[in-house]
Parts: sequence; C-alpha cells; structure tokens
Amino acid sequence: MSILVYAEHDNKELKADTLKTVAAAQAIGGDIHLLVAGHNCSPVSEQAAKINGVSKVLVADNAAYENQLAENVSLLVVELASDYEHIIATALSIGKNFMPRVAALLDVAQISDIIGVESSDTFVRPIYAGNAIATVQSLDSKKVITVRSTAFDAVATDGSAEIVALSQATDAGTSSYVKDELTVSARPDLGAASVVISGGRGMQNGDNFKLLDGIADKLGAAIGASRAAVDAGFVPNDMQVGQTGKIVAPDLYIAVGISGAIQHLAGMKDSKIIVAINKDAEAPIFQVADYGIVADLFDVLPELEAKL
Amino acid sequence: MKVLVPVKRVIDYNVKVRVKADNSDVDLANVKMAINPFCEIAVEEAVRLKEAGTATEVIAVSIGDKSCQEQLRTALALGADRAIHIETDLKLDSINIAKLLQKVVEEEQPQLVILGKQAIDSDNNQTGQMLAALTGLAQGTFASEIKVDGDKVNVTREVDGGLQTLALNLPAIVTTDLRLNEPRYASLPNIMKAKRKPLDVKSAADFAIDLAPRSTLIKVTPPSERQAGIVLETVDELIEKLKNEAKVIS
Repeated sequence: MSILVYAEHDNKELKADTLKTVAAAQAIGGDIHLLVAGHNCSPVSEQAAKINGVSKVLVADNAAYENQLAENVSLLVVELASDYEHIIATALSIGKNFMPRVAALLDVAQISDIIGVESSDTFVRPIYAGNAIATVQSLDSKKVITVRSTAFDAVATDGSAEIVALSQATDAGTSSYVKDELTVSARPDLGAASVVISGGRGMQNGDNFKLLDGIADKLGAAIGASRAAVDAGFVPNDMQVGQTGKIVAPDLYIAVGISGAIQHLAGMKDSKIIVAINKDAEAPIFQVADYGIVADLFDVLPELEAKL
Repeated sequence: MKVLVPVKRVIDYNVKVRVKADNSDVDLANVKMAINPFCEIAVEEAVRLKEAGTATEVIAVSIGDKSCQEQLRTALALGADRAIHIETDLKLDSINIAKLLQKVVEEEQPQLVILGKQAIDSDNNQTGQMLAALTGLAQGTFASEIKVDGDKVNVTREVDGGLQTLALNLPAIVTTDLRLNEPRYASLPNIMKAKRKPLDVKSAADFAIDLAPRSTLIKVTPPSERQAGIVLETVDELIEKLKNEAKVIS
C-alpha cells in the first residue's frame, strides 16, 4: 500500500523538514506520494517533485488551503485517505494542528512525534518529556503519524516525481485567517541550524541577548532560549527550546545561563555536542554537557566572541 | 456562555520519571501526581472569562480512575463551578478520550471548550484537535490569547515562525499554550469551598462507546544516557576542544 506524506511549506518554500519526514516514510516502505496543499504554491510543488523516493506529488492549489487551516486541510486529507495505509506529516505546528483531526475523522488513533520505525505498524516515540522511550504498535488499519524530523536524515533532492493537480476545494467555513506576526531574522531556522546558542534566565534581560549575536554570527548559529528567558520577556516565545517549544538536535548546542530543567533538556539533549556556560557548578545542565565552563557568562561571552 | 474544561491527572512536572525494571511502563507507584500544567492554564483562562463576565458557568471534566477527583477538586478550588468525573480504569487512547468528551459536549452544549495543548506524560498533543473533529467545530490550538467577540472567538496561536491569529465561529475548541496566562494559587478558603461544589460521577461504560485500545504499548525504555562531560577552565581550552576534539566548529 502507499504512503501519503504532507508537505510542510509556506506557499513559497518547502520546509527542509519534509525531506526528513520522507526519510521516515522510506523506513516504513511503500510507494510515497507527497501532498502539497496551499494557494499559488507552484514553487513548492516543483521543489517537492525533486525529492528522492517520491513517485507522485499531489497539488491542491486553492484559496481554501492558503493558510492551511486545520478544518479545511483535514477534510482534504480524509478525501484522499482511502488510497493510503499510512498518512504522515512533520511534527511542526501545521502537522501537529491538523493531523489529529484527520485521525479522528478516520476514527483511528494517531502516533505522535515518532523518532524511529520498527516496522510498518510499530513505532518508537519519546514520552514524559523524553525521559522514557515508548515502542508502540498501532492496531488500526490506517496509520496516522507525525514525525520528529530531527530524528531522521534528510533524503536527497535529485528525483523527478510526477505532479498531479487536484481539483478539491473543501472549505468547512468554520474558521478564518486574520493575521500573522512572524519573527523576522536573518539567522538560520532554529529547528534546522547546525549550531544553536541559547540563553536562559542568567542573561538577566533582553538587551544582554545581544551578547549572543556576535558569537552566533561567527558560528552561523541560530539563537534559542529557555522558557525562563521567554517568560521573563527577554525574547519572543518562538525562540523557546524545550518540551513545549522547539525540539532541536544540532551538532553544537551552547547553553548560556540555563540551569537545565527537565523541560528544557527535552528539547535539546539529542544534540551532538553540548556546551554549558554557567556560574553555578551544581546546575543540572552540567550533567548532560560534554564541555562545561563554570564562570560568569558576562566574562565568558565577550572573550569567546573575540577568540572565535 | 458555558465553558467546558477537560483536565488530566498526570505525574508532577518536577518529578524525574523512572522506567520499570521489566520495561513495561514508567513507574508511577508512590509518585507525586498533579493537574497537567496545560490543563491548569485552561482552567485559569475559563475562570478569567467568567470574572470578565463573558462566561456564566465553568465545568471541569476528567476521565480516569477515582483518584482524578483530586484534580477536579483542584479545578473547583481554582474557580470552576462544578465538575464531572467519567470513571474508568482503562488506559485510553486520545481518540477514545475525545469520543467520551464529545458526549459531554453534546449533553452540556458549551460555547467554548478549553483544553491543554498536550499532557506532559503522553506528550501526544491530540485530544483537542480530535474533539474538534468529532464535534465538527473549529479549533484554535496552541493559544496564547483568547478574545471572545460576539458569535466568534479570536485566537492568537503560537506557530513555528511567530504568532498567527484566527477567527473561529462559536462554539469552538481551544487548546492552551504556556503563554496564555499565569494560573493562580488556590487559597485555603477556596479549597474548603471546593469540597462542597457539585461533582457528578458517571461511568465510562454507560456511554455506549467502543473503548477498545487502538494501540499496544510494547515496551518502555530509558533514553540513552549522555556521557558525563568535562569542566574546562578557560575559553581557549573550550575553543580548542570544539575545533580539534569534537570537530563541530572550524
């Protein structure tokens, strides 16, 4: 049977995480079709057609899908569902929003945020903020799954899938888009960056986050934050790394003035190398850090920036 | 308008969980339990809507064994007017929880259902969306602001790139993000008063819903432990290690 993968995009660009979600679909095995739902999204369909291992790209280009509202997208996916045994999306805000709706409309359970594929019906996923790893077997005939993209390697993009236009235009009419307030940044996307430098409560205020800018520029890093820093209003909340924020797994994660609460570790402990800079030698972050410096961040950061 | 708030009893968020030696599940024996933090935010929001004169009644509901009445009493102490306990000893998948909640929605006809965006034990992030699908209502997930405006509710949502605002027709389903509000503490007089507020107990079996499990938990293992690291004295040492030992910067 076939696998339907939902392409995560913003009508202009395909999110790189979709390449990792396709890798998860390949691990399950089967003919892979990609669904692009949006409006005026032809650049996305073209990018999607190049993904290796995808045989067909289904494009639902209609005003009803412009903002990928859960009510409309879930109806579209359910219409297509009869041809697929697996329906898969990335566990990012769009996928997390509409996929449980798809599952409920199909009267099946959903397996959220998988990090491994054991077989076509058995999956591995973290529970309890990543403090336990569950292996779960789905008993439903259709499997509705979201994928934690950091757990899979992106597939190549030298394929050439067939593009098929869909005529569907399902509009539930119960919700409407009002506005977006997106954070503008020239830095790499937090979820995809190979280096992340994050500040916590120890940064003391929002202005001090500027101390991270120079280092981030030199390392090509994205800047993250702990919940404490977000709650204190230092930085906007889309920078939050943790159980309730973004899950990152970069090559290098530098935690500055972050104690290392369970909820923060849930979002970054799969990073390859973790560096902790904290003046409290007892901070839990040192238990997971490969390299630690016990010192005042206000001394360390300028020195680090100068010496990189 | 009536507001329904489903709440879940979970392990306290500060507790470090232990996996059972036989890898069957995590060990919850003698562990401190509490109301799920996202559910607490949902209760707080509902109570604030009532204090603002928007909501007239706040109903808390929880599904689980007898012990979850403790969390319903907490919700009552925080300001909910009455509670419904749907009693079951089964461990239910989100889809079955959503089906039971659908019955409660049909019976109570709330204008707004506010749930937490996820439970910190299963980390599923599904129930609100599933309930919205089953009831055919609009959903506003990961809400950091809720504004009721006539027959619509404007929900500002936390999305990957920032914030997004949607307008939903009422009745609607909203799930809370952490930033929505700061929950209050229950005062002792309110805890005492909560003991006298109505708490209806119903049996899940009475709802005539097939609650058969949809998934099997095959095993639970601890995550791989990270190697203990080393503490360095100087920034020079750190840069040297990152360049030559870890090779993560050049």
